[in-house]
Amino acid sequence: MSSINENIEIICLLEGIYQKYGYDFRNYSQASVRRRLKLKLNSSNLPSYSAMLHKVLYEKDFFDSLLLDLTINVTEMFRDPTFYKALRSDIVPILKTYPHIKIWHAGCSTGEEVYSMAILLEEEGLLKRSLIYATDINELVLAKAKEGIFPLEKIKEYTTNYQRAGGTESFAEYYTASYDAVIMKKRLKDKIVFSQHNLATDGIFTEAHLIVCRNVLIYFNKELQNKVLGLFKDSLIRKGVLALGSKETIKFSNYANDFIELVGKEKIYGKIR
Amino acid sequence: MKYEAIVLGVSAGGLKALTTLFTNIKDSFKIPILLVQHMHAGSDDYLARYLASICKLTVKEADEKEKIKNRTVYIAPANYHLMIEDDKTLSLTIDQKVNYSRPSIDVLFESAVDAYNDKLIGIILTGANDDGARGMEQIKKAGGLTIIQNPKTAEVPSMPEAVTKRIKPDHILELEAIAKLLNSITI
Repeated sequence: MSSINENIEIICLLEGIYQKYGYDFRNYSQASVRRRLKLKLNSSNLPSYSAMLHKVLYEKDFFDSLLLDLTINVTEMFRDPTFYKALRSDIVPILKTYPHIKIWHAGCSTGEEVYSMAILLEEEGLLKRSLIYATDINELVLAKAKEGIFPLEKIKEYTTNYQRAGGTESFAEYYTASYDAVIMKKRLKDKIVFSQHNLATDGIFTEAHLIVCRNVLIYFNKELQNKVLGLFKDSLIRKGVLALGSKETIKFSNYANDFIELVGKEKIYGKIR
Repeated sequence: MKYEAIVLGVSAGGLKALTTLFTNIKDSFKIPILLVQHMHAGSDDYLARYLASICKLTVKEADEKEKIKNRTVYIAPANYHLMIEDDKTLSLTIDQKVNYSRPSIDVLFESAVDAYNDKLIGIILTGANDDGARGMEQIKKAGGLTIIQNPKTAEVPSMPEAVTKRIKPDHILELEAIAKLLNSITI
């Protein structure tokens, strides 16, 4: 049960993290942050969030591990296969009209969905003229994404997703298996640039034809959602495409009138001006 | 009226159990119900459409940031955890699976306790794992009401049984009796 005091302690902890390290979790949805902090409190045997704040301020290593706990999101290759199907049928024809294609994948976590995009682009004959900028707040997950190494045990599930997503080849074309892991093919990696970017505090990252940011906004409160959607609007070219997660919408935001639905059900939007 | 919300967790055997429960709930049933039914990651909103067709309440898949309203049943979407914020709005996350499940019953229940304290009713029906047992323990500790389907007559008894290993639930009942109890205490 959360008491008033405990909530105050959490507010102080998040403020301390921001003041000391610049990571801003003050506008994240509370319930999820609280759950993650509670797990950390239990696993680190600390008596309170005030004690955690002290440790955060004086032990960088502890902060680093807490940051990972607060920011890691789990994903999978071709998560929501129908989304990738819609990209192929409705968005690829738009992308084909550009000589060079810049894609910004914001909040890419460990990279599964970025490689999915690279595979899709290759099958549509677009990878050679594309560049994908994949960013995340967390440098540790970015390092993992860059390696492109995934557990072999996941491949069965990913292969099913790939096929449901309209994949035209054998999924095994895209990785090399060794022991209990697979490594993604170099020709995919060559088209991805991984960089650290914090949506809560950093500005425009690039001028993109397509921005993909899926299941990141659900972690933010309304205010931060609006700020980030504004950032996306400013980072897109005219008529650029914005793809959100299947439970995210632009409808109730400050920017509802700046976009039209391209594929409503899959939350794919087009910027109109 | 003491109670402000009901959280309900169900897994294997759920469709049949939910059918019995919702056909026996009064049309005038007022307080919101938040429901986790374990389902396959690719499932659509079939369950919401089905339950809406058998009762008079509004039944829908939960949207993020949505304000919780009376006379409404919110179902956790496939492949998302459902959580309740202190301001009684809904959050969805793609956090790690809990008890091999996303949505997880424990995740919903534990956040519901933070939001509703003792004004919460927790219900666990048929199911094959132990998701929800920790959440029920939290509800009990906070002073809320805990109800489980009688494991002896549940299609799959493990889930309600797992609750009894942690706490003594306030009520152990058949589905029809659960509906009757809810009808009587939430008018």
